[in-house]
Amino acid sequence: MSAVARSVRPFASRVLSQKLPLAAACRVSPAAGFPRGSVRSFSQSPFMELKKYTESHEWIELAADGKTAKIGITEYAAHSLGDVVFVELPAEDLEVQAGEPVGAVESVKSASDVNSPVSGKVIQGNAILEDKAKFINESPEGDAWIAEIEVTDAAELDSLLDAETYKENYAKE
Amino acid sequence: MSAVRPLRRGINLLGSKSLSQPTSIVANGSTLLPRQLTSPLHRGLRTPTAARPFLRVSSVSSPNGGVRFASSAAPSGPLRQTQLYDLHLARGAKMVPFAGFDMPLQYSDLSHVESHKWTREKASLFDVSHMVQHELSGPGAIELLMKVTPSSLDKLGHNQSTLSCLLEEGTGGIIDDTVITRRTDETFYFVTNAGRRDEDLAFLEAEISAYKQAHGADSIKWSILEDRALVALQGPLAAEVLQSYVHGSGPETDLSTLYFGNCRELHLTLPDGSRTPHPLLISRTGYTGEDGFEISIPTAGSPSLPAQVTELLLTNADQVRLAGLAARDSLRLEAGMCLYGHDISTAQTPPGASLGWVVGKDRRDPATANFNGASAILPQLASPAKTLSQRRVGFTVEKGSPAREGAVIVDINDESRTPVGIITSGLPSPTLGGTNIAMGYVKQGLHKKGTEVGILVRNKLRKATVTGMPWVESKFYRGKA
Repeated sequence: MSAVARSVRPFASRVLSQKLPLAAACRVSPAAGFPRGSVRSFSQSPFMELKKYTESHEWIELAADGKTAKIGITEYAAHSLGDVVFVELPAEDLEVQAGEPVGAVESVKSASDVNSPVSGKVIQGNAILEDKAKFINESPEGDAWIAEIEVTDAAELDSLLDAETYKENYAKE
Repeated sequence: MSAVRPLRRGINLLGSKSLSQPTSIVANGSTLLPRQLTSPLHRGLRTPTAARPFLRVSSVSSPNGGVRFASSAAPSGPLRQTQLYDLHLARGAKMVPFAGFDMPLQYSDLSHVESHKWTREKASLFDVSHMVQHELSGPGAIELLMKVTPSSLDKLGHNQSTLSCLLEEGTGGIIDDTVITRRTDETFYFVTNAGRRDEDLAFLEAEISAYKQAHGADSIKWSILEDRALVALQGPLAAEVLQSYVHGSGPETDLSTLYFGNCRELHLTLPDGSRTPHPLLISRTGYTGEDGFEISIPTAGSPSLPAQVTELLLTNADQVRLAGLAARDSLRLEAGMCLYGHDISTAQTPPGASLGWVVGKDRRDPATANFNGASAILPQLASPAKTLSQRRVGFTVEKGSPAREGAVIVDINDESRTPVGIITSGLPSPTLGGTNIAMGYVKQGLHKKGTEVGILVRNKLRKATVTGMPWVESKFYRGKA
């Protein structure tokens, strides 16, 4: 399925960007006539950084360069999990498709995959979590990110949830 | 990495996971309830591992495709509530479906780990009213119970109890585990698992009606005590706290003479100074490894009595807090105790589940043994190495990802990673500072303490060592020997 998605993505991303999804409000429009529709001209301004969410309680935040992103679990997920006792970090250079694991979070009562919201290649796992898994409970959407990846196609973020939609629909008891 | 792993994604991220299992626990030929212990679970973020039913029906009989939360008692219907449901909500419980009931997983005042440690250091109160309380009486009661269990119930004194197993005819497979108390010569009180309600009742119904056919309708009277609540007060402060509320005076009110495995009917003193309208059946037992009590509370004419008693026991929040299924699961595993539907099933006999000790010493003579499955079980007790292909043992797993239910055990020296067993319960032990502990079945020969094995966790090999159970020493109150 991901292979199919990949083959249609350049087109899809162009369509999506023209339809101005909700998140477009906080993003500059893609440069018209850019040779490859999938390449987004994200502004260098930190105001233009993009943070999106998944139904499965991951977040992804695109860096100002528009190419790398950090991935973690949401406040809601961290709270629901309870005391995190171990975080499995991804190996460097691991290539992942959207929806594939870039790590796992373990509490006493459960183990949960952390899936990459988009396709990409792992730059690094967050080494802080190796010794201090519980940091996830303290700063899940901040410094306790789990993986940093090089994003294959930033346009993949378009189809993810914005903060408001996620919180309204997925982060309620 | 994820290719081999069909993730259960109920609500996604936090569906806890297990490998799709090529292996299973060796079955004993049970045909009554074909099951596999290790079928993938379906758990979402709101229903994490600890919420798995302590007893549970396999997905074989589940109409909703492997969702094993709901017990067979209520696979798809509305969840039942215990008498303490409103109290749970008022106390900030996070409720989850469990064995057909809406049950507290944990409460807002303590995290899972905090609640676990609270139980080991102070005292916790658990609502276990979902469990099934039975009374069996009549001249045939003992004979019937000694057919369906391998226990020496005739050796029990009044108000003494024993852990036992209901056994399937022929195979000796474990239909359920149960604690049986002899109240009088001809009256027994026993408690079975909520998640096995349908199977247990069908089994008992058939056994009892066959017995009545042979011995007359008055030979046995069986009732399910639906109107009773059941709470467990567990922890080092349990006795001190409960003692302070025992009503009246006299030697019978002194809990220091109530030893593990014994029970007594006592009244408690309510805040207004009156005594409880009914005596409570107080058993010194539990499922945490700590000293403690299970308290059966009648409700006839006083439906609020369970809540009143619970509030009473919770009076001092520095001593007693509510605890839910999450802590119950981690506590019982540290204590090396089995969870039906996970660690034991009809696929095992008691010796096959390393529970051979439930078979009474005086019931092991093949010439006289007449309990269900005796012909299968006695040879296993006599020569386990020849008759049992797998053993239930404990493991301590190296630092890192915990090995959980469904993880495959492999021979550490075998490059091809041929499965030699399977984990049935596992988690990082809160009492042992997060040391990964696990229980499971491993091939005969690899079951000796100290044996090193490998366990595949998310396709990575974790080293593990066969370890004696319990991991946390039990503190049952046995008095001075």
